[in-house]
Amino acid sequence: MRTFGFPEFLFILEAAKWTVALSLIAFIGGAIVGLALALARVSENGTARHTAGAFIQIFQGTPLLLQLFLIFFGAPVLGFDINPWVAAGIALVLNSGAFLGEIWRGCIQAIPRGQWEAAEALSLSYVARMRDVILPQAWRIALPPTVGYLVQIIKGTSLAAIIGFTEITRAGQIINNATFQPLLVFSVVAAIYFALCWPLSLLAARMERRRAAALAR
Amino acid sequence: MNYDFQFGAVFAAWPLLLKGTWTTIELSFLAMVIGLVVAILCAWGKTAGPAPLRFAINTYIELIRNTPFLVQLFFFFFALPAIGLRWSAHTAALIAMVVNLGAYATEIIRAGIEAIPKGQIEAGLALNLKRHEIFRFVILKPALKAIYPALTSQFILLMLSSAVVSVISADDLTSVAANLQSQTFRSFEIYIVVAVIYLLLALGFSALFRLIYARALNYPDRR
Repeated sequence: MRTFGFPEFLFILEAAKWTVALSLIAFIGGAIVGLALALARVSENGTARHTAGAFIQIFQGTPLLLQLFLIFFGAPVLGFDINPWVAAGIALVLNSGAFLGEIWRGCIQAIPRGQWEAAEALSLSYVARMRDVILPQAWRIALPPTVGYLVQIIKGTSLAAIIGFTEITRAGQIINNATFQPLLVFSVVAAIYFALCWPLSLLAARMERRRAAALAR
Repeated sequence: MNYDFQFGAVFAAWPLLLKGTWTTIELSFLAMVIGLVVAILCAWGKTAGPAPLRFAINTYIELIRNTPFLVQLFFFFFALPAIGLRWSAHTAALIAMVVNLGAYATEIIRAGIEAIPKGQIEAGLALNLKRHEIFRFVILKPALKAIYPALTSQFILLMLSSAVVSVISADDLTSVAANLQSQTFRSFEIYIVVAVIYLLLALGFSALFRLIYARALNYPDRR
């Protein structure tokens, strides 16, 4: 039987790069989906608003694990060949898209009405209004909660372990099955997640404080 | 893509699904109540306790908020039994949920308590209210009203993330779904039905929370 030593530690640490890669995919894809959803939610087109609303309701109202299962176990049934990478990627992109969309909608709507009206009065087109007036201001409000949400994404990638994707948690399970030292193994796993997430949490909190201070002036 | 949906096998198993749904509701409800008590105690400790206690509570909050729920669950189910703390999957799931919710809810409640203006507490003292009356009516009730939306969405997130406890087979709704899918192979149908059940649970919980709000907290305030 193996004992938990430096090679075992390295194996788990190695897997952290897959956690990071999956998090980046989820964040970048989620940002694209989320921006589209946020814009649809504040648009004047009722169909777009309701479709985006339903999408967000479904993805926020069901467990991420189930979304993952639905894609991973459902796709082969429909005749698609799917591996854990793709399934985890799709589920995380759609899920973070829904949450980011809702966060960003709030930020866009936090821009005072007068700014919208002023942009309209200047007869700016929709694209120019959004690109030059609303989004640059909303961006500054959105930054702290977006960084905070990154922590949720990193933690969410742990669920990919359940469908057999070897990231930090799965690597921990593999090592645990070989060494039977769960206390040590899962402490190391938790410590690696903590090392990834804590700096982001601190950064988000600092940005939040600086923003609050800027608003109070 | 010619897929022939067959929901028959799924609906035939409705007693199992109902039982799983009930376990999920029960686990979530218990975790909400116990987690809320933990959070109120921790929030009190963090705002009024001595420095070592504040440090311990802060460490707990940061550790829980920056590690995945799945890893916390593994820790409580696999790691603690190795040092002699043995419990069932169901208990391990409940403990993991309480510990997880406690950390998030502490921060929410603390923010609510800190938002109460000092003058309001002083006004309570000037009116000769007793200390526990001040805590109940001047601090807790307005704080609870202010943080109610954040707290209840945290509860719903907890209920949804409880699906993760299926990996240790805690008999919850997702465990039932996973068992059904390995027996019937109608995975697509099962997970669609179960997703709909979760959606209904989330909507049901938020309707319940709105009702509680209307009954208990819907008094006019001056802000």
